[in-house]
Amino acid sequence: MDKSWPLWEVFVRAKNGLAHKHVGSVHAADGKMAIEAARDTYTRRMEGISLWVVPSASITASDPGDADELFAPAADKVYRHPTFYSIPAHIKNI
Amino acid sequence: MYTTDLGDKKQAAAAPVIDDPARLDAFEARVAADDFIEPKDWMPEAYRKTLVRQISQHAHSEIVGMLPEGNWITRAPSLRRKAILLAKVQDEGGHGLYLYAAAETLGTSRDEMIEALHSGRAKYSTIFNYPTLTWADIGAIGWLVDGAAIMNQVPLQRTSYGPYARAMVRVCKEESFHQRQGYEIMMALTSGSPEQKRMAQDALDRWWWPSLMMFGPPDDNSPNTAQSIRWRIKRETNDELRQKFVDVTVPQAEAIGLRIPDADLRWNEERQAHDFGAIDWEEFYAVVRGEGPLAKERMNARVKAWDDGAWVREAALAHARKHAMAMAAE
Repeated sequence: MDKSWPLWEVFVRAKNGLAHKHVGSVHAADGKMAIEAARDTYTRRMEGISLWVVPSASITASDPGDADELFAPAADKVYRHPTFYSIPAHIKNI
Repeated sequence: MYTTDLGDKKQAAAAPVIDDPARLDAFEARVAADDFIEPKDWMPEAYRKTLVRQISQHAHSEIVGMLPEGNWITRAPSLRRKAILLAKVQDEGGHGLYLYAAAETLGTSRDEMIEALHSGRAKYSTIFNYPTLTWADIGAIGWLVDGAAIMNQVPLQRTSYGPYARAMVRVCKEESFHQRQGYEIMMALTSGSPEQKRMAQDALDRWWWPSLMMFGPPDDNSPNTAQSIRWRIKRETNDELRQKFVDVTVPQAEAIGLRIPDADLRWNEERQAHDFGAIDWEEFYAVVRGEGPLAKERMNARVKAWDDGAWVREAALAHARKHAMAMAAE
């Protein structure tokens, strides 16, 4: 059986009103220990008020090699941006 | 700190992997344009290997670096100094962990890296094989060793590998306190009794040359530097960084009445930089080979800590698995 502790990804909320942001990873036997290790490793200087830890193995990531297919369509659809539409300068509040 | 690339000859001798030329060109163009490379991106094998070696050496140095300073935690001269030193040593442990995590994104495991350190295959900064004989050494380490570290690490915040660069941003934010607390210790000693002044000078005398060696071999004897600079792994050469360090440190020593132990040190008006004496590279290579005064003691302490903790790691894992099974059964 594997004797090494699994890897966890760590997310920190800097303050209420902001989203949790990925900061790095820790090894820990379970979630509780991962939270404690994340606190000691990533929040020694008031970097956050809330932590999430997620088993790294549970993350499904997109492949950077597929980035063109995945994200290119966004570039063709310029009509999704407000600057696509020309409105005469004398029309206000739009 | 501590990113001296102590190249491993065996690794260099291994058969070169031939990368797909089109991908290699695209990669080099991205790096040349100062784009960051992220873990799942394609990268040349030599880039991956160089990074794993450099980042893991850097991580090992942070972890082994806890030992010489840890030596003085119980003997710090006041509660204030003790709390500061504890926080600093804890930071070094944290820096090691950021760096191990960054190296793991390249496909190596924590256990492989630790095994490489303990078996002597992986190197760490030569500086930590010198002893901390007096309290003034804690001042000298913070001022000089962490000062050299900062000099080295600041440009690494823009290194081309994203996870390494991000780890360096965190490290640099924390490192500044390390250097200032060290200089403050030296200031306190140099404004104290004659014995205290002597202690400070003695620490500077012993740590000055090893600190200059921390930047690694001179450029004309550092074969990996050109490639690392081209790939933006390193941003400045060993000699450039060493010169900068000398130039900022000399006035700091003068300001507190300490003398740099180098008879050849003088300001060169033409270069607008300090000339300094020859470094004893034989000593450096001896320490790299593991002949440093405390090399054996450092490794024994690391291996003992790892072995003594084995039952804790196993018990925590067994507990976690039992809990997970009980939860699944419910």
